[in-house]
Amino acid sequence: MEYYLQLVISGLVVGSIYSLVALGFVIIYKATKVVNFAQGELVMVGAYICFALTVQAELPFIVSFFMTLAFSFVLGLAIERLVLRPLIGEPIISVIMVTIGLSSVLKSLVQLFWGTQIQVFPPVLPQEPIMVAGLPVAPVYVAAFILAGVLFLIFSAFFKYSRMGIAMRATAFDQQAAASMGISIKRIFALSWCIAAMVSSIGGVILGNINGINAQLGHLGLKVFPAVILGGLDSLFGAALGGLIIGVLENVCDGAAKEFLNLGGFKDVAAFIFLVIILMIKPYGLFGTHEIERV
Amino acid sequence: MHGQCGLFFRTYAGEAQIFPSRFLKISMLLFFLVLCAVPHFMNQYLVSILCLINIAVIGAVSLNLLTGTCGQISLGHGAFFGVGAYTAGYCAAFGLPFPLVMVLAGLVTAAVGMIFGLPSLRLKGIYLAIATLAAQLILEYVFLHWDAVTGGSNGLALDPPSLFGFSFDSDLKMFYLTLAIACLTVLGVRNIMRTKLGRAFTAIRDYHLSAEIVGVDLFAYKLRAFGVSSFMAGMGGALWAYYTMYITPEQFGIGLSISYLAMVVIGGMGSVLGGVFGAIFITILPEALNFIAQHAGEAFTDISGSLLAMKEGVFGLVLVLFLIFEPEGLANRWRLVKAYWKLYPFAH
Repeated sequence: MEYYLQLVISGLVVGSIYSLVALGFVIIYKATKVVNFAQGELVMVGAYICFALTVQAELPFIVSFFMTLAFSFVLGLAIERLVLRPLIGEPIISVIMVTIGLSSVLKSLVQLFWGTQIQVFPPVLPQEPIMVAGLPVAPVYVAAFILAGVLFLIFSAFFKYSRMGIAMRATAFDQQAAASMGISIKRIFALSWCIAAMVSSIGGVILGNINGINAQLGHLGLKVFPAVILGGLDSLFGAALGGLIIGVLENVCDGAAKEFLNLGGFKDVAAFIFLVIILMIKPYGLFGTHEIERV
Repeated sequence: MHGQCGLFFRTYAGEAQIFPSRFLKISMLLFFLVLCAVPHFMNQYLVSILCLINIAVIGAVSLNLLTGTCGQISLGHGAFFGVGAYTAGYCAAFGLPFPLVMVLAGLVTAAVGMIFGLPSLRLKGIYLAIATLAAQLILEYVFLHWDAVTGGSNGLALDPPSLFGFSFDSDLKMFYLTLAIACLTVLGVRNIMRTKLGRAFTAIRDYHLSAEIVGVDLFAYKLRAFGVSSFMAGMGGALWAYYTMYITPEQFGIGLSISYLAMVVIGGMGSVLGGVFGAIFITILPEALNFIAQHAGEAFTDISGSLLAMKEGVFGLVLVLFLIFEPEGLANRWRLVKAYWKLYPFAH
């Protein structure tokens, strides 16, 4: 039983990172209807920039963290302006393919600059484990979980109360109506990419503190799909919850598969089997908007 | 003395011809003869690239039927290709004859493709793309872990195919075999596109609700699109297995699916010629980079070390640039070039 409890807790930690990445994905999808296959690469770039500033430029962690955020902001702006804006109005497959191409470019840039070896962050938090529900858990795990929760609250408040957040929701709801109310759609698109890149880079920094980073980090971007499909493609709360559920689910399934079926590596595929099942029975997820077509 | 300028058709059958003019027939025949003769004057490396292009053409044209013509985005084509390859590997181990193995590979892949096409009843656009992405990852897992059939991470080895006692044991012989099947695929897809089936696919792509109103059974035709496309992908995968003679799960990863989609997008969606162009372009691109790196390596010593990363980066960059500056693909550019020379020098 303790084995499974351990799995649930580590699943929650991984899940909170999935939630962060899914949050970025949903922000972009909600505002611009772009499905971003490069979300995992944004995580990776953020992690590597923070690594370069902390280890290679020897800045204090907190400074490099904020500089990483600033860099991600600019990166998101550049991607939206240079790559996505020319494709407004093109078919879905073109937009999907352009983000896939973008992910290849980002991945190869990271490999060219930093190579393919695993790089390890210097420890930021103390190493002694904290007891959670009678189990020892590393402080960085707890910090990751709390940080994800705080970010989720900040973004919820941002979308609910701030002028810009409300403008973004209005754009997501109806672009034409929003434009006629004087909202600059271009600004909203750019802003959503900036926010998504920043959130993803925070996920990357947390992940770097837990496991170290390598050029395969981008695969995390694929895990975001089960999370957002479960939560509903355009729901922030759904993304946060979906990420946590998928994180726990894949860890527990992996443990069970090892124990009962003696099957290794089930982790990578469990979430996707679950994804197909959700798509079959509830394609718009738990909190997504149903698209109704009438003739 | 005056001749006809342009093509005029008075019947639908005339308009639906694959080769409408005598000039086209003759030039295709000449092209085909040159294509058959050229490999005799090439070294083995170049012939092997031609073989890879032939196999890629099968994959790209079949995916173009599904994605370009029927509008169903599939991120799982690489895995379907793998299903064909593994079926061929498994059947060949029992000593089944080559043509039977090819047909079996096609049929098994068609069945798998139709199973993963089932969600297309309820899903479209991005949801379907994600469902096929799941298919890709699940199939990859099966390739790696169903040891009894796929050999797991050790892979499967095959003998070169033989037909009526004639063994295709060199690159040159494989070139003719792959060329024959690639031509059959291209002609097959071209023919499908001018039948009821093809028109139904186009109708579904253009607007599914209108298609349903005019009496196209959406589910049946989407499933058929998955079935036909996967059948051809399976044949392509079987050929790939016979050609490389050794298959492992990594060969059929998400990267393969992405490069097939890239071929379709770069070549031109919904056009058979586009699939062919895309396959040629994407297959030659990494080889061209190799060539450049070898020659640039003399000037810059450390360039070849990061070649792998650069290949991926250039692939992504080409994809992005094509989508931004040439969204209609190479097939459209080819059409424009032809139109330019057709009326040269009187362009109006």
